[in-house]
Amino acid sequence: MIRTLITRWRQGHRTIRYPDALAVLPERFRGLPAIDSAQCPNGCRECVDACPTGAVSVEGGHVRVHLGRCLFCPECAQACPHGAIGFTTDHRLAVSDPRDLLTDGREYRLARQLDEASMRLFGRSLRLRQVSAGGCAGCEVETNVLGTVVFDLGRFGIQFVASPRHADGLLVTGPVTRNMAAALEKTYAAIPTPRIVIVVGACAISGGPYRGHPEALDGAASVGPAVLYVPGCPPHPLTILDGLLRLLGRIGS
Amino acid sequence: MSTTGRELMPGEAVPVGEIPVVSAAAFRNVVMDRIGRGDWLAALFGHPVNGSVRVTAILACPRFGELRAVAFDPGASYPALTPECLEAHWFERELHEQWGVTPVGHPWLKPVRFTTPGAIPGVTDYFAVAGEEVHEVAVGPVHAGIIEPGHFRFQCHGEDVLHLEISLGYQHRGVERALVGGPNARTIHYLETLSGDASAGHATAGAEVLESLAGVRPSDRSLALRAVGLELERMANHTGDLGALAGDVAFLPTASYCGRLRGEFLNMTAMICGSRLGRGLVRPGGVGFDVTAELVRDLLGRLDPAMREFTDSVRLLFESPSVVARFEHLGTLTRHEAVKMGLVGPAARASGVARDVRSDFPSGAYRWIPVLLALKESGDVMARARVRWQEVHQAASFVRQVLSRLPEGEPWRPVRGLQPGRLAVSLVEGWRGAICHVALTGDEGRIAAYKVVDPSFHNWFGLARAMRRQQISDFPVCNKSFNLSYCGHDL
Ligand code: SF4
Repeated sequence: MIRTLITRWRQGHRTIRYPDALAVLPERFRGLPAIDSAQCPNGCRECVDACPTGAVSVEGGHVRVHLGRCLFCPECAQACPHGAIGFTTDHRLAVSDPRDLLTDGREYRLARQLDEASMRLFGRSLRLRQVSAGGCAGCEVETNVLGTVVFDLGRFGIQFVASPRHADGLLVTGPVTRNMAAALEKTYAAIPTPRIVIVVGACAISGGPYRGHPEALDGAASVGPAVLYVPGCPPHPLTILDGLLRLLGRIGS
Repeated sequence: MSTTGRELMPGEAVPVGEIPVVSAAAFRNVVMDRIGRGDWLAALFGHPVNGSVRVTAILACPRFGELRAVAFDPGASYPALTPECLEAHWFERELHEQWGVTPVGHPWLKPVRFTTPGAIPGVTDYFAVAGEEVHEVAVGPVHAGIIEPGHFRFQCHGEDVLHLEISLGYQHRGVERALVGGPNARTIHYLETLSGDASAGHATAGAEVLESLAGVRPSDRSLALRAVGLELERMANHTGDLGALAGDVAFLPTASYCGRLRGEFLNMTAMICGSRLGRGLVRPGGVGFDVTAELVRDLLGRLDPAMREFTDSVRLLFESPSVVARFEHLGTLTRHEAVKMGLVGPAARASGVARDVRSDFPSGAYRWIPVLLALKESGDVMARARVRWQEVHQAASFVRQVLSRLPEGEPWRPVRGLQPGRLAVSLVEGWRGAICHVALTGDEGRIAAYKVVDPSFHNWFGLARAMRRQQISDFPVCNKSFNLSYCGHDL
């Protein structure tokens, strides 16, 4: 017993202060891309060719990155001979409108609060049923981490529940493999209305590394429009947390 | 041609023509003979050759640290190996599903991934027990927590589980198929996402195969950094598993401390390559990121306090009588069973099977800094927990040693074309056990066939077996003590 107490004391208080204090991420963390199209010589497509998922495009002298397809791998930055594309350590990436995922580096519109009616329902207590529909389990492990003492998701009134009947919404990860499509659909149908959908990770937004595979459906569009799209492969837990908090108006309103 | 197979080393590319293609009977003899001498089946897979399918076996001989490849052309059917060689069980089911070849006499020839046209995942005949008060419990594919999908069918008598069958395939996304025709811009990302919590392990295995096919030897420095990534991955996952095991028996202190500490190790990986899951760290030809002396100092500075807290936290677990009472004599596999089933990784070592790629087939940094085998005898949940505990400590001291004397050298060497008509095999001890990748190149030096064997492929059957005669309420903790990968199995 005494040992338990001593250990408890030594472990200390470990919950981060986010969103009240800014998060510190490692220097090499790859968050929001930094794009400086002015550096690009005409006709250069090094970044486009290096991208594994077709997330990078060059049009009319502007480099654009589709963050819903981006794996946040270092490939484009390492391929660019002119330093025109790279990553910042800004982990805030979640959006409400999938069209906002395409960025040329000048502005990036982050997620907005739910509409008033939804806020009345979910603003103080949001229960989510997570469904893993293919993918590599990377998004699942980073979502799971939100339950640890570090992030302590419960303090914001957000909780993952076992039964879809107890849920207010669905959080989907994975490209939706053909073998999971029916189970995903049934789970969604079992959530009482009104319900929301949250899409986490490159796979669930666009198919991720498996985009174009006949074995999967290129993401979770089949369950209908989502209220939150969280880019990353996988997203950092803080990216997911930041998105959820914006959705509930805890940040940015 | 010799009928004992072609010897090769992990990381060696051999001309495909040198792999003997023998009769079904001779093939069987080689496999049975080698397994009788203590080899294990690292891979047994089909690949297309001139419009029909050829079956190649890769046998791993731990005594001499060498591999052996042998092949045969089965036609439409051949006498199954499984009745005599249990560890071929899952491989032969896969062969049947992927290539339509029938291993005649296989006792349980069912799909492993439900990938054939018209197959509905989970819809198949299950082994059923009949009798008064016998009932069936079906769980999944959607489980209670944030977990990958799989279907579990328990045959129970009251609380007792008489039999468990595990049906997978929900995560099947066609990765092996998509690797064919490469390498290309997606190849490394496929490798990194074979099992997202084992990115360093699978990316290392894939990179080794590509490097051997290209005839490139990465620098010692990059091999050392890969090993650091691999061991940090092991530490993070083992720590997470110990926490989850604690959680499943409602011992909350260790559950919550380890939940956080797992993140400390992931964050160390992110300091090296920017990603907590090691994405971007391993690249064919070396590593994607070098470390500076300052970064090494920072990493070492974090390792010691994290290890102190880990030790404190897990000691509580092992000292708590209520935990010990739950962990001991639960989900037991004997050494004999583990060997028969061909188990790998901590699950095998917990049952007393001395099998670890890092010591049996040492490569890179494991040649300079050997890792001791963490071996237990009891084969229960406690043993699997203890193996993890020991391995975290060993990994920490390994990381400390490697980082303190990192060899000089460039972090990356270019990998250009692959040699045509070659076969290469790699073995890596991921945190779940042996990861085996096999690649064959065609005439143009493109990948013609790619086989991935995640440790879970060997071990899922072990979990099912370990549940016999246990209480169904003990399933979560038993399951966690294996913590197998669904996506690594489903590919
Ligand atoms: S988005 Fe990336 S991390 Fe998430 S499941 Fe897909 S491959 Fe894995």
